[in-house]
Order: sequence, then structure tokens, then C-alpha cells
Amino acid sequence: MSSQVVNVVVAGLGGQGAIKASDILADVAFRAGLDVKKAEVHGMSQRGGSVTSDVRFGPHVESPMVTIGEADFLVVLAPSEVEVTRPLLKAGGTLIPPDLVDEKALPNRKSLNVALLGALWYEAVKAALPPHLHAVNEKAFQLGRAAAGAK
Amino acid sequence: MERRLVSGDEAVAAAAFDGGVHLGTGYPGTPSTEILENFSRLGGRAQWAPNEKVALEVGLGAAYGGARALVTMKHVGVNVAADPLFTAAYTGVSGALVVISADDPGMASSQNEQDNRHYALAAGLPMLEPSDSQEAYDLALAAFELSAQFRIPVILRMTTRVCHGKSIVQRRAPVTVKAPAFERDIAGRVMIPAFARPAHRKLRAKLAEIQAWAEASPLNVQVKGDRKLGIVTAGVTARHAREAVPGASFLELKTIYPLPLEKIRAFAASVERCLVVEEGDPFLADRFRAAGIAVEAKAEAFRFGELNVDRVRRIVARDSSPEPVLPKGKPPALCEACPYHPVFASLRKLDCIVAGDIGCYTLGVAPPYQGLDTCVAMGASLGVGLGLRHVLPEKDARRVVSIIGDSTFIHTGVNGLIEMVYNPPATGHVLIVLDNGTTAMTGQQEHAGTGRSLDHDQAGKVSIEGLGRAVGVKNVDVVDPIEDPAGFEKLLVDRLGRSELSMIVSRRACILAAADIRKWDKAIADKCGGCAGGADV
Repeated sequence: MSSQVVNVVVAGLGGQGAIKASDILADVAFRAGLDVKKAEVHGMSQRGGSVTSDVRFGPHVESPMVTIGEADFLVVLAPSEVEVTRPLLKAGGTLIPPDLVDEKALPNRKSLNVALLGALWYEAVKAALPPHLHAVNEKAFQLGRAAAGAK
Repeated sequence: MERRLVSGDEAVAAAAFDGGVHLGTGYPGTPSTEILENFSRLGGRAQWAPNEKVALEVGLGAAYGGARALVTMKHVGVNVAADPLFTAAYTGVSGALVVISADDPGMASSQNEQDNRHYALAAGLPMLEPSDSQEAYDLALAAFELSAQFRIPVILRMTTRVCHGKSIVQRRAPVTVKAPAFERDIAGRVMIPAFARPAHRKLRAKLAEIQAWAEASPLNVQVKGDRKLGIVTAGVTARHAREAVPGASFLELKTIYPLPLEKIRAFAASVERCLVVEEGDPFLADRFRAAGIAVEAKAEAFRFGELNVDRVRRIVARDSSPEPVLPKGKPPALCEACPYHPVFASLRKLDCIVAGDIGCYTLGVAPPYQGLDTCVAMGASLGVGLGLRHVLPEKDARRVVSIIGDSTFIHTGVNGLIEMVYNPPATGHVLIVLDNGTTAMTGQQEHAGTGRSLDHDQAGKVSIEGLGRAVGVKNVDVVDPIEDPAGFEKLLVDRLGRSELSMIVSRRACILAAADIRKWDKAIADKCGGCAGGADV
């Protein structure tokens, strides 16, 4: 059961949009017809402190929290948070670090959260399919995104 | 109705709306705050009270009047509301009354991790506890039905992960409820000893009936699995446990009080090892053992903090090896542009002894200021500061300052203000109200001092400095510490040097709320043709 559940942790500092990014991700999984649970701690989240948000999806999800060492994907929005959250990642899990996207290329500095979601989709498609299908599915992914954007 | 991915707080708001709640009231407190905000957004009538005691009393009055009332608060708020709560168990209600206790195991945003299941036992009030958003919705609806059926207030206990966690919820068709109407019941509502004595007996008889209801209730979930291990669990812990040991037998309790003890007894007898897996205090295990049911409780180490899948695995395996801990992240801090900075800078420079309170300004305890010496409970800065002034040698007594936020002052600081005037220390006292125009820490909610209602519309406005003057504080000043930090410090030095009572209202809008406050005030002004801000009522 658990093996079919995908565990994602989005980490950052208060005000960076880590929770917003995790909300978007959870909504996509929900729209895809999967069971979804997410957990995070609010309250102090606007005061610049460390924030993590757990998103879990699959055919059936029990606990809303990602266990240390069991995250399939770790999306980190702030350089200072990479090392403090790395133990969440399972062996062979995928880290999406903040410096993956050139901040200067962002239309708005505050959109790093969504930019890293883009990276996460790409990594997730790659992780779900064998290598010989990556190119064709990347193209399909871009096509779907463009079609939705054109609506 | 369509399925939606929502938080437990949103689910309770939806249940209140679909369950025909006439009035929702409460005081903001993480993780409960979003319930009333969402109930209001759905079109329900929701309002913030000055504190949880008043909120409960308003809800109780509504329920005496035949209405369905929802009262929300965080766990420590129940301490404030405990006085009416215990006697409301005796009086019962005519309509329905559900009290949300949002507990915070692990203290993500609280000063303690008290386990409010004890309140149900102590007060003699039914308590239900959900494990995810769907159950939050279903059990909130069930709580209203239970309250209406047995004419008793019901506590819905939630925890941080249920309140703020999101999962999928399917709503049901709204129920139709009776319109509020007064029914006179002097012996049932006026708790003089002559009426309270039979009321206590009546409460115990009601609880026996509710226990029978709980024994048969389909709300409690039993899962047949391996007979070698049976786990009794409740709340979000049930979700962790079902994942941690998927093959075991389970009894997931939703009726926390009164407990279906015979059902539990039968379950325990049906398995070789009956283990109670619960977050917080060993509340369930103690109750089971008191009833003569032999169960295994978790090790003491698991009383502290939240549980999760890994910790449940350890409880099951009786594993006491050190648990993995994440490296410490960055702690929250005062915002860079927070108007409290100059206040803390002056307090530090003047080497004040600071009796603090609960709110964003509690973050002043962090470096560089280390600007608080005490923080205990909502409103405690006044009493604690006065107590210090009463007993310390004069030289040190003169260094003591009480600091409190605007919303906390309205909450229970007012009572301390009265104490200050009634029993003034020989050296006088200095109270600083850090008025940033919002209940900032919980996410910028309104309060009686802002002049705006829960949904940011025009409301009556209570003047903080006006209260100070009215009760007889000799020196009352209102200053903007950002506009004139030197002036603030000069004033503070002057007031510390006098053996008089002084109140300094340090007023400057919260940096996170300022733009919204301007927007709301403008909307009110546009609507009423130029009368900015709250009305004097």
C-alpha cells in the first residue's frame, strides 16, 4: 500500500510560498483522481522561520505526514534549508534545490516556488517512466501545458 | 455535493454550515482560527469574542435560546472558558452547542501541550475526535446531533494535524433545524445549590445513556486483522497506526468520552496483545485500566511531542533507541519591519525586567533582544509584572515593565489592568500595550479594539487608552515607536522614574496587516460616506 504512495516535502522559509506550492501540488494530485493528504504547521509561517509542508498521494493515503527518510521528492526554496531537510529524503530520492532555477531569469523573485514545481513535474515524469519514454512524454507534457494555457 | 480537498478546520466550518448552525463564536488561536473564518466565508454568522470564556457564554446563551451554536478555541483557550463549561454540563442546552478544542501536541504554536481529553472526563461532557478532514466533517455533524438529542454541550477535540492537514471531503445535504425560541426552565438553568444538586445527578444519568449510545455507535471503527496484535487508537494517531502496522487488528475510537468500555473490553479479549497507541497523555490506557481492561500502554517517552508513523512503529516494537531528529531549522523571528523593534531596543538598553505575554512580541525573546523575562498565559503580563513589583527590592522593582499586545489586552489584560489600579505597587508600574491593530500572530484577525467585525466590516470599537483612563491609570500616553523612537524611550525613562501607574500605548499597524487594514477601513468609509474606522457605539 505505502509503496504506491508518493511522498513530497516542500521546504522553505516563511513568506516564500512553500505552503502555496504544496497546495498547488496537492490539488493537481486530487484532480488526477488520487487520494491526497497534506500536513504542515501554520501559525509561525509568516515570521521567516523554517517551513515544511508534506504532500502524499496515491490510491489510498493514511498518515498525512512524511516520515524522515521516506520522501521521494524534496523541493527546497531556500539555500539554508537544504541541509536541514535533506534527512527527510529516502535513499535514491530526488532533491529539487533552489539553485536549480536561475533567480535572475524569474519574472518575479517570488515565483521560485512555482518554478521549482515545474522542475518537480519534470523529475516526477522521469521517475515514473523508463528512460526510452522520457523524450516523448516530455513533449506530451509540454503539449498538455500549452493546451491548457491556450484555453 | 462535489468532493473537495480541504483542511480539518474548513471541514468543521462546512459541517457547521450544513448542520444549520445559527451562530459561531470564539477567540483566534492556532490551530483553530480558520474554522470561524471559513464558516463566515460560507455565509454563516460568525464573530470573534474578546476571549474564550465570553465566547462560550455567548454560545451557551444562543443554545439556551434553542439555537445551534459553535464555539471555537485552541486548547489553552478551554482553560479560560472552563468556568462556564463545567456548569454548562449541568444546565445542558435547548438547541445544540459544540465546543471545538484544538489541541497542539508538540507545541507548534503554543505555550504548553496539555491534553484536553481530560476536560471531557473532568466536566462530564461528551467528546468526539476525528482523524482527518472527512471525519472532522462527519463528527462535527454528529456532535450537533448528539448535543441536540441529549441536550448537552459536546466537545469536538481536534489536533494540529487534523486542523491544518488537508484531505478529501464529501459534504452532505444541509439539514433543516428548528428556529430559536425561548423555553423557560428555571430549575434547569439557574444553578443555585438547590437546583445544581439534582442537575449533577441528571448529568450523570445522561452520561450513562450516552455511554450506551457510544457502545453501539457506528462512528467507532473496528478492523479485523491479525489476532496477535490489537491496537486501540484515536485521532490522527489512528492514521499513523493503520499505516505503520497495516496487518494488525484495530479499534479506532471516535467517541472519546464516554468511552464504549464494553466494546473495548471485548476487543482486548479478542487479541493476544492489546496495545493502546495515543498521542499525549495515556488518557485512554488509564481509563481502560481503571475499568479493569488489561492493555499495554506506550512508553513514557512517547507522552512528549507529536506521534508519526515512525514513532508508532517504535511503540509497537517497544523500541527505545534514540529517535532520528532533523537538524534545527531557522526559528521564527520578528519581521524586519516590525514596529516592535524600537520598543525591544529601549527595554534592552534600559535593562528592564519584562513580564511578557502571548503574541508576536513573544518573539522578542530571541536574540538580539532576549527581551522577555516571563511568558505564561494570555493576559498574565499584568499580574506577573505587579507581583514582581510587590516583592522585589525597590531598585529592581523600578525596572519591571509589563508588555502586552492589543488583542491580548482585550482578551484578559483588562482584568490585570483593574488589579493594577486596585493594588498598585509602592513603586507604581509601567504597562506597555503593543498595539499593532490586529491579532497578528494567529494570522491578522480582528478584535474589539480594531472597530471591525470578523469579516472586516464596521463594528463597535473599544478604546484601549480609554479603558486605561476609565479605570484610573494616572499617566496614559499613545505613541508611535517607529515615527519617534527617541521620544518613546524618553517617555519610558520618565515613567519608570515615577512611583505612579503608567500606560504607554505603542501604536503602529502590523507590517503584514497594514495594507489590508487600509483597504478594510476604506471599504467601510466608502460604504458609510466618510466615517473612517470603527464607530463609537
